[in-house]
Amino acid sequence: MAPWELGTELGEVASWIVYLMIGFAFGFILESAGFGDSRRLAAQFYWRDLTVLKVMFTAILVAAVLIFWSTALGWLDYDEVWVNPTYVWPGILGGLIMGAGFIVGGFCPGTSLVGAATLKLDAIWFVAGTAVGILGFGESVSLFNDFWHSGSLGRLTLQDWFNLPTGVVILGLASIGVLLFWVGDNVRRWIYGGSGDE
Amino acid sequence: MIQKPRKDRYWDPYIAGALLGVLLFLTFFLTGHGLGSSGGVNRILVAIEDVVVPRHVDTTPYLAAMAGGDRDPLNHWIVWQVAGILVGGFVSGWLRGRVRLETRHGPRITPRTRWLMAFIGGALMGYGARMARGCTSGQALSGGAVLSAGSWAFMLAVFAGGYLLAWFVRRLWQPAGDN
Repeated sequence: MAPWELGTELGEVASWIVYLMIGFAFGFILESAGFGDSRRLAAQFYWRDLTVLKVMFTAILVAAVLIFWSTALGWLDYDEVWVNPTYVWPGILGGLIMGAGFIVGGFCPGTSLVGAATLKLDAIWFVAGTAVGILGFGESVSLFNDFWHSGSLGRLTLQDWFNLPTGVVILGLASIGVLLFWVGDNVRRWIYGGSGDE
Repeated sequence: MIQKPRKDRYWDPYIAGALLGVLLFLTFFLTGHGLGSSGGVNRILVAIEDVVVPRHVDTTPYLAAMAGGDRDPLNHWIVWQVAGILVGGFVSGWLRGRVRLETRHGPRITPRTRWLMAFIGGALMGYGARMARGCTSGQALSGGAVLSAGSWAFMLAVFAGGYLLAWFVRRLWQPAGDN
């Protein structure tokens, strides 16, 4: 049953090729969605273009439905799937810092790679900044190690947290998503007029 | 190498999102984990540090976990996946005539201002992503899809941070007259 230990199943070199292909598809989709353009990404925060919200939320929902369907069918062992462990406080503070970085810098790490690959100079400067930020974190994390491990709740899922069946959680998220798309499109029309995203 | 300008035409966001969702699912199905970006950049940087200041890497626990002693920080799936992102992004841009040396910036600022802001924003993003143990790819997308509570809290924080600051930095992105 999936998931597999790719390195053991295929050998090291073949598993690297699989990861290279996964990355290729990831980069291709991000660029095709327009995520190599910082203006399009930043426009999300002015309600001018909702591509970021639409792509991300749709992707998360589609993946979640497929993951839990294949679990229900016995094809995938969800207990063996990596669920990002929850560290409440560093997650929230790190997220807020990233939100600030997003609107000032116009990219996130993944999209800046795609921008840099298509020779956008602002993306290349952003990648350089990311490098400095990452190095800075590696050098300074020992000063606040306790905070970095604070609010540790381990493998905590939404269905455990709310004590609800997984299907209900996914339906709830899907409803929130549709509502956000609808509200977002209406706010954009209300502010800027017109019909579609930029 | 550098292509002529052409009007940008991007995929419909719902179609791009659905394809990304299928890819994310396949990644979990095949490998047991999701996608990532900042973690790969991190490992590449640590590999450079390991060449320049190996002693420092060995004595800093956070770095030693990746590159201490005989450990090779590049011997990790995320490094290959990040290399794939660069190639995939380039090929997609190349096929659509979007590989051009240029700076995308708001109408009220110069390219030079944009570069400075991109650098500052990138530094914040890099620092925050490591603090949060993942970026938009590794935390929001991947953790979101497996319904990690922490990833959803993180995602709300990213959007909250962006929207809270957006008004104050609107000069960077918005045309004159728009708020």
